[in-house]
Amino acid sequence: MHTELREKHEIYDYLRHSKKFPVMWCAGCGIGIVLGAIIRAIDRMGLDRDRVAMVSGIGCTGRMPVYVDFNTMHTTHGRALAFATGLKLARPDMYVLVVMGDGDALAIGGNHFIHAARRNMDLTAIVVNNNIYGMTGGQYSPTTPLHMRATTAPYGNIEPPFPLCELAKAAGASFVARSTVYHATELDRLIEQAIARRGFSVVEAVSYCHTTYGRLNRLGAAVDMMRWLKENSVTLAQAEKMSPEERETKIVRGILLDREGPGYVDLYDEIIRQAKAAENG
Amino acid sequence: MTAQFMQGNTACAEGALVAGCRFFAGYPITPSSEIAEILSYRLPALGGKFIQMEDEIASLAAVIGASVGGMKAMTATSGPGFSLMQENIGYAAMTEIPCVIVNVQRTGPSTGLPTSPAQGDVMQSRWGTHGDHPIIVLSPSSVMETFRLTVTAFNFSEKYRTPVILLMDEVVAHMREKVDLPAPEQVEVVDRIQTNVPPEWYFPYEETASDVPPLVSFGQGFRYHITGLFHDVRGFPTERLDEIQPWLKRVFAKINNNLSDILMYEEEDTRGARTVVLAYGSTARSARHAVRLARARRHKAGFCKLLTIWPFPEEAVERLAHTAKRIVVPEMNLGQLALEVERVAGRHKVRRVNRADGEMITPQQILEAIEG
Ligand SMILES: Cc1ncc(C[n+]2csc(CCOP(=O)(O)OP(=O)(O)O)c2C)c(N)n1
Ligand code: SF4
Repeated sequence: MHTELREKHEIYDYLRHSKKFPVMWCAGCGIGIVLGAIIRAIDRMGLDRDRVAMVSGIGCTGRMPVYVDFNTMHTTHGRALAFATGLKLARPDMYVLVVMGDGDALAIGGNHFIHAARRNMDLTAIVVNNNIYGMTGGQYSPTTPLHMRATTAPYGNIEPPFPLCELAKAAGASFVARSTVYHATELDRLIEQAIARRGFSVVEAVSYCHTTYGRLNRLGAAVDMMRWLKENSVTLAQAEKMSPEERETKIVRGILLDREGPGYVDLYDEIIRQAKAAENG
Repeated sequence: MTAQFMQGNTACAEGALVAGCRFFAGYPITPSSEIAEILSYRLPALGGKFIQMEDEIASLAAVIGASVGGMKAMTATSGPGFSLMQENIGYAAMTEIPCVIVNVQRTGPSTGLPTSPAQGDVMQSRWGTHGDHPIIVLSPSSVMETFRLTVTAFNFSEKYRTPVILLMDEVVAHMREKVDLPAPEQVEVVDRIQTNVPPEWYFPYEETASDVPPLVSFGQGFRYHITGLFHDVRGFPTERLDEIQPWLKRVFAKINNNLSDILMYEEEDTRGARTVVLAYGSTARSARHAVRLARARRHKAGFCKLLTIWPFPEEAVERLAHTAKRIVVPEMNLGQLALEVERVAGRHKVRRVNRADGEMITPQQILEAIEG
């Protein structure tokens, strides 16, 4: 009944009001929806916000932390996961969320991404995939689909895109999920599960950049791109009924991997225990 | 403690532990790897943490992250890795997060001579990252000094909220000497300034009398923002000149107003000397020997060893240049710190002794410069 009002209040409650608003994102951008989903997830989990850190790299997505009332850190391009690794090891009691754009996570930060997954580092990585470098003006990224245009791919992109979730799964993550900014409440439920999981968890939030990618590829305004996400994404259950060819053309939403087990922090705690025992023995 | 026979890299690791270092992230590289190896073994027993990252960029990033989490943190590398760290050194300077970066210099450029010494990173340690920024760089010339300066590097980084670079060289790192390390409780250890105000009054970048604002770790209820963008006193990005200019002024003031604490150098027989040999790092060993040989031959020679190379001890060099006729600057590079000495003393007073081929400068070479 009053859920909408309550929700508005919740989000308001988590924003920093000493920071000069409005946000730097273009009107209609999907990044704010991801921020909303993160806040709802954290609020629902009832996490102590003193124990929540949000770390980002550089890009439009990288600007997310400044607006929220957590322990926030806007680092260097591509390196957010590495900064977050140090923070998590120093403060294992904290929930460390890392928000990145697709270029941030998979181009300049690709090495850190696969190694954070391989180590099963206890971090929650949320990648806002808008298939482009938004902040620098629409250059192609490692997730730009084939043949699509970018300001540095005026003849169309000839580089095959990285499947972000497949990469995370193969590299060793504990939890991998995907949804879109159209499916905002689904997104917050996935983020909630990702935060709860030990080890490295990844949520791909498929978004759009209407001002660069959308304009260059004549995909319409924000609402049109939103509609496209709605019409071209399917749940895992729906995807299973599809032929592989048909599935290829869809954005598959849901939990793509969920495995329990110790994360890096648990394993290192064991090393500390052993080293101390050896010292005393 | 009893006397021990110890390598420079071991002394560095031991100094770090005594200084309170509890986090190390690094990537293997000769001639620094022993530091990582020792700390990977020692840290967990102390409740600390070691991690081998995927590269040096990630290593320094993790170090800064750990420092934000409240752990004293360090990384160690050599030329190629030091080059990779530059962007994040600037980040640490901009965000004023304490951290220690050990660079055991080897001969460059590029892969160069991986197992040979050099002092080729003097300018890179000062200006390697883009943009104007304050930095402190210390350079030890012996195993004992390595221990001592590693502790000092941590103390300075905590006290002044700045990255500190310990510029070692391969000779000092791999040389073994007898050392008598002090008992840990006899070593002065400085921790970052804490705040005594409630979270709502805490500004991580506020102007303070000492120019160094208190630094509260993440997770303690203060929930502030850190960014590599120019920022206001709260840490929020700004493009306002009235917020950028005070920041610039303050971060340089916090170093420049404390030079008497930060600048460390040692003099021997410089009073009345006609020729002063000014050196740092392992070259200082040859330099002191050369000065003693020269004095035995009745030359009025003196010796000055710099332990702090950045900020450059201008006043000390100015004073030496005032009394001495000539300043000899031996370095294992083609003339880097000599540029500073020339700037202060005048080019005509400075005689450079250089080599950058992986060999140490001999006392004989320096003696020739004193006599020539
Ligand atoms: C080392 C470095 N290289 C390049 C840049 C310039 N740069 C800023 S943001 C960005 C790309 C952003 O794209 P993405 O990560 O996909 O995030 P988005 O802006 O789309 O959210 C680049 C290349 C930088 N800041 N640092
Ligand atoms: S440039 Fe694109 S990604 Fe960046 S804020 Fe605008 S719409 Fe969003």
